[in-house]
Amino acid sequence: MATQHSRSAARLMMTPAVILLLGWMLVPLTMTLYFSFKKYLPLRGGDLGWVGFDNYIRFVSSSSFWPAVASTLIIVGGVLIITVILGTLLALLLDQPMWGQGIVRILVIAPFFVMPTVSGLVWKNMFMDPNNGFLAHLFNAFGAEPIQWLSQASMPSLIMIVSWQWLPFATLILLTAIQSLDSEQIEASEMDGAGWFNRFRFITLPHLARAITVVILIQTIFLLSIFAEIFVTTAGAFGTKTLTYLIFQRVLESQNVGLGSAGGVYAIILANIVAIFLMRIVGKNLDA
Amino acid sequence: MGKIELTQVSKSFDDTEVIPPLDLKIEDGEFVVFVGPSGCGKSTLLRLIAGLEDVTTGQVLIDGQDATDIPPAKRGLAMVFQSYALYPHMSVRKNIAFPLRMARLDKSEQDRRVSEAAKVLNLTDYLDRRPGQLSGGQRQRVAIGRAIVREPAAFLFDEPLSNLDAALRVGMRLEISELHKRLATTMIYVTHDQVEAMTMADKIVVLQAGVIEQVGSPMELYRTPRNTFVAGFIGSPRMNLLNGPNATKHDAHTIGIRPEHIAISTRAGDWPGVVGVSEHLGSDTFFHVKCDDFPEPLTVRADGDLDLRYGAKVFLTPDTAHLHRFDQKGLRLK
Ligand SMILES: Nc1ncnc2c1ncn2[C@@H]1O[C@H](COP(=O)(O)OP(=O)(O)O)[C@@H](O)[C@H]1O
Ligand SMILES: [Mg+2]
Repeated sequence: MATQHSRSAARLMMTPAVILLLGWMLVPLTMTLYFSFKKYLPLRGGDLGWVGFDNYIRFVSSSSFWPAVASTLIIVGGVLIITVILGTLLALLLDQPMWGQGIVRILVIAPFFVMPTVSGLVWKNMFMDPNNGFLAHLFNAFGAEPIQWLSQASMPSLIMIVSWQWLPFATLILLTAIQSLDSEQIEASEMDGAGWFNRFRFITLPHLARAITVVILIQTIFLLSIFAEIFVTTAGAFGTKTLTYLIFQRVLESQNVGLGSAGGVYAIILANIVAIFLMRIVGKNLDA
Repeated sequence: MGKIELTQVSKSFDDTEVIPPLDLKIEDGEFVVFVGPSGCGKSTLLRLIAGLEDVTTGQVLIDGQDATDIPPAKRGLAMVFQSYALYPHMSVRKNIAFPLRMARLDKSEQDRRVSEAAKVLNLTDYLDRRPGQLSGGQRQRVAIGRAIVREPAAFLFDEPLSNLDAALRVGMRLEISELHKRLATTMIYVTHDQVEAMTMADKIVVLQAGVIEQVGSPMELYRTPRNTFVAGFIGSPRMNLLNGPNATKHDAHTIGIRPEHIAISTRAGDWPGVVGVSEHLGSDTFFHVKCDDFPEPLTVRADGDLDLRYGAKVFLTPDTAHLHRFDQKGLRLK
């Protein structure tokens, strides 16, 4: 790519890809912005003209807005904490030489391949069902009163389901990071008198910092928009209505495209605020 | 104190015996070098002493106490690794202080020892840098600093200079020797480079395939190698090892003669030959001479001023006072 000629040729050849990507991003974004300033009710008159910031004001002043933001953040935060901590422990465990290592690793990764809808339904019907679920049987076996998971402990249940799905991802990334740790460093710290906890704290954990950052950033992107798990379990009831779910309800259940689009714009803003916070807190780990 | 004794120590990985049972005594304050070709078990032996590997059989005694089941941290030994094994996310200061911090020394004593070590090792200006911002030689010194501050009973070095360039290696060799003289602490040093062994050691342990071939001072090994392996390994360039009628003449299966103990002449001598490649070092020149009597060329040292061209006819005369004789099994005769 040295000469003027080859550089302009490269630019020319990259243009279709860039335009495609730009369109991919810009078209939906522009349409969302466009509809958010309109009163648009597909089944009740269609396009009813410009309304300025009406939709925005209505979306925030709805009693569901702040609870939705809160539950979004609680789910994201809860799943991040659980997957990072358990993922680290699991990765440490899987790094130990053991019998049947290959099979164990595949089993650990398996939940990641289960579709969100399926895993939500499996958890709902086979584990958390208050009459026939596995957990209900377990509670009964110990003589305890089964919990009605999805209604009495809706948020913890949802966090549990989503964590189960994302744990393999965290474990996998952290495991590869642990495996790249120089064994001589561990041995040196061992000779320096560090016990297993200090070895973990001063050697392994700093080594994992970058991988943990990557896990947190990537998971946040996906967790902000989880939908299927909520749709098939609580359908947004019992305080599990996230921002994504609220938008879905506004557009499809209330058939109010303008209002939903305004919510979409708020979701973009929320995602950016979260991203800025995260980059402030953990982003410095990404600098070499 | 740093007296280390191995009795009947052996090591197997799964079913392969890497080190057959061996005995070794290392006195307090000695500079001992384990030398041998790559893969002969030097590192393994060092790691057995350090406690990073468990012995398969035998005992490791440190200052007369059985240390076989003592964990590495409690043995009072410090190790410098080939890769330096510095902690990349800690500053040089924190790296050096790490063993002190783990020993829960109070902060002022930590600082005192770190700055003292930094002074000795010329690291004072670099204390706040990360290992990644240092040159190879500086990293090496940080690794040594981390070992010094613990004031260990003995230092263990595993090929500490093999990642440095040649000039730096000579400098660090001197620095480590100097450190040993100053601290008078036992040092065990592993290398595959016989020059390092010869220049630094009080005592050399020559290893081959996990077996100790000979133990002795550098000059003992140079003057009276116990077998053909040691004879060929110690000394640079290698000793010429010759078979055939000329060996039989001296009642030996093999005779050995070092390049510096052969006289070269253009007029007369015992073994006529033709000059091959010559290597000029300035003060000396090494000629590779193809003699009619032997299949392999002989290496001969001559004065740097001697000028012989490729293909020149010469005569070699060995100095019989410095002739080494070996029997069929390669063991030294006499
Ligand atoms: N952890 C291990 N598992 C199996 N074999 C090993 C292990 N460590 C070393 N070995 C073997 O032991 C022999 C000696 O290795 P090493 O002590 O590292 O040699 P050196 O340091 O002299 O080059 C080598 O043949 C090596 O393959
Ligand atoms: Mg080695």
